[in-house]
Amino acid sequence: MTRKRILLLIIALLTFVSLYIDLPPFRLKTERFGLNLDWQFSRPPLNLSIGNFRFYRDLEIKKGVDLAGGAHLVFQADMNNIAPSDQLEAIQAVRNNIERRINLFGLAEPVVQTAKSGTDYRLIVELAGVTDVNQAVDLIGQTAQLDFRELSPEATEAASLDDFVVTDLTGKDLSRSEVQFNPQTGEPEVSLQFSPDGGRKFSDITTRNVDRPLAIFLDEIPLTAPYVKEAIQDGRAVINGGFTLDDAKKLSIQLNAGALPVPVRVIEQKNIGASLGEESVNRSLQAGLIGLTMVILFMAVYYGWKGILADIALIIYGLITLALYKLLPVTLTLPGIAGFILSVGMAVDANILIFERMKEEIRWGKPYNLAMELGFGRAWDSIRDANSVTLLTCFILFNPFNWPFLNSSGMVRGFALNLALGVLLSLFTGIVVTRTLIRTFSFRKKT
Amino acid sequence: MNWMKFKWLYFLLSAVVIIPGLFSLLRFGLRPAIDFTGGTLLEIRYPVDSPPPSAETIQSELANAGYEIYSVQPSGSENFIIRTRSIEKEQALAIENLLSEKTASPVEEIRFESVGPVLGRELLNKTVIAIILASLVILSYIAWRFKNAHFGICAVLAMFHDSLVLLGVFSLLGHFASVEVDSLFVTAMLTILSFSVHDTVVVYDRIRESQHHQPKTPFVNLVNQAVTETLSRSLNNSLTIIFMLIALYLLGGETTKWFVFALLVGTIAGTYSSTFTAAPLLVVWHNLTHRRQKKI
Repeated sequence: MTRKRILLLIIALLTFVSLYIDLPPFRLKTERFGLNLDWQFSRPPLNLSIGNFRFYRDLEIKKGVDLAGGAHLVFQADMNNIAPSDQLEAIQAVRNNIERRINLFGLAEPVVQTAKSGTDYRLIVELAGVTDVNQAVDLIGQTAQLDFRELSPEATEAASLDDFVVTDLTGKDLSRSEVQFNPQTGEPEVSLQFSPDGGRKFSDITTRNVDRPLAIFLDEIPLTAPYVKEAIQDGRAVINGGFTLDDAKKLSIQLNAGALPVPVRVIEQKNIGASLGEESVNRSLQAGLIGLTMVILFMAVYYGWKGILADIALIIYGLITLALYKLLPVTLTLPGIAGFILSVGMAVDANILIFERMKEEIRWGKPYNLAMELGFGRAWDSIRDANSVTLLTCFILFNPFNWPFLNSSGMVRGFALNLALGVLLSLFTGIVVTRTLIRTFSFRKKT
Repeated sequence: MNWMKFKWLYFLLSAVVIIPGLFSLLRFGLRPAIDFTGGTLLEIRYPVDSPPPSAETIQSELANAGYEIYSVQPSGSENFIIRTRSIEKEQALAIENLLSEKTASPVEEIRFESVGPVLGRELLNKTVIAIILASLVILSYIAWRFKNAHFGICAVLAMFHDSLVLLGVFSLLGHFASVEVDSLFVTAMLTILSFSVHDTVVVYDRIRESQHHQPKTPFVNLVNQAVTETLSRSLNNSLTIIFMLIALYLLGGETTKWFVFALLVGTIAGTYSSTFTAAPLLVVWHNLTHRRQKKI
């Protein structure tokens, strides 16, 4: 049976690859038995790039706010002063701005999402591992400050950024900024549109700064310092000079952050102390291990050697799931862990259905090997039905299309995602893996 | 085995569990968490070196200082969970400082959760929609799967049975032990709905299969036979899930304790109902229609 061998090979390969991904770095050191062993296990991060496609994973488990400690914040954006047509742009600008500030704050992988609910725009910020949440909230809550600065008259050729002095032109005077394409060269460029008042100020500034740089600062950080070619009277300016499309978009969004200032305020805040998170992880892991041991023992005692094979399939299931968490990556939360643990209990369901069916077929007088194949075949209908309902429910809970009428909270999503992943994978291990194992080993046993 | 002989006993047992819960549900309702109502939850830990005051002392002390405190609940030996009207972080810090005046070293903030009232109402609406949507999906699945009103309606009744058990238990827990219903509870409930249906489907499948093979056998015997055949599968499957849940309930973190408990109650109810509610209901219905046919 070559097909069986191929399957067995694939399963073995999957198991070892998963094991390789799963293992944390460790060190083996022993001087017993006359052996002098000192071996370090470490694994390079995954770094694939094919053409423009890049795939990088550091293969560490991502912990959510409730596990790593940190803060979950929801900000409501005040759009009162922004025209409806500009609101989407404005919230993008706020989002990028907040992301930039958090990065400056030195945080690893913050999550900043925008959400629209009715006519309200919101920002959901997750800061895992932050200790001083209050400082972070203050920092995030500030409105972006954009201003235009000119080179001070005393500055020499070797002028640095410190030589720029503030003008009276600020983000308030800028109506908006857009990316456009130069009609002659087709290159992307960034346009600026000033308010009538801002246009007058801009005209004054450009008149006295022809052939000199005019710097634009956002939150005290220089964005760009283009040279003024000529005095601009009509309040419309264009910054060009070899932008890539991405650069132009980025600059335009940053300018909008100052041009469309959107005050934000906290409407939901959840702080979790790091100690609570760590405690929860350890306890949940312990619970998972104990539960798993009980399930393994139960299966082995009740179903004998078939149960042991199902247990092997269950362990392979665990290994592959963990590897998937690292590869996708899945951000683990406490409800997510609960979802995973629940799916372990459900994972053996397919095996139980199959084994019970096999017992019956044997009772009805079918020969052993036939009973086994029939058990797998006839139990499938029940297995499919049982799992499709669970998957449908997970779909509603996860809300993958971000339907505004459904919840999209991280906790519920984490649970649904892990449960759905667990159900799908358990179908593979419960049916394909167990069947291959049973076919392989029962063959030997019978002949 | 003649399982169906005792069908009224099974219904009685369900009633014994459901009626107190239903009474509590109508009388006291559920206790919504700040997810749904808006408000602030502050969990603090008293330092080891100073003995913590009682929850009542903390409550009256904070009330005297002008805070609108809903409840103060001890959690473990040193932790307290304080619930208030939705407040800002600064006010939470002020509360912590106030409580720290009486202790040698300052109290430690474990959790601070604040939900604005608008957001709470919104989540409540979204949750109701999710429940309706999930029920509709499950109902249409049952309708498609069975194409037979008897089986479909009985499966739905069994599902209601499980939801009532779960809601009743949490209403009682809310009234007597201040257990709150949050968005995780709703998640548990939806998961249980799908579990309940999936367990019932296995039993019903077997009844229909034997109906096909043995059309002459009386319906009650078919049901008895199906129950005998699927009981060990149903029990074994639930046992493995229950093992995991009990381990998680006893050892797992505080945050997911009641969530896991809800899943546990639901799993047990779902296992019971598929054999001892869904199957007898079919028999009762069958007898009723049969009797009517005889009269005509």
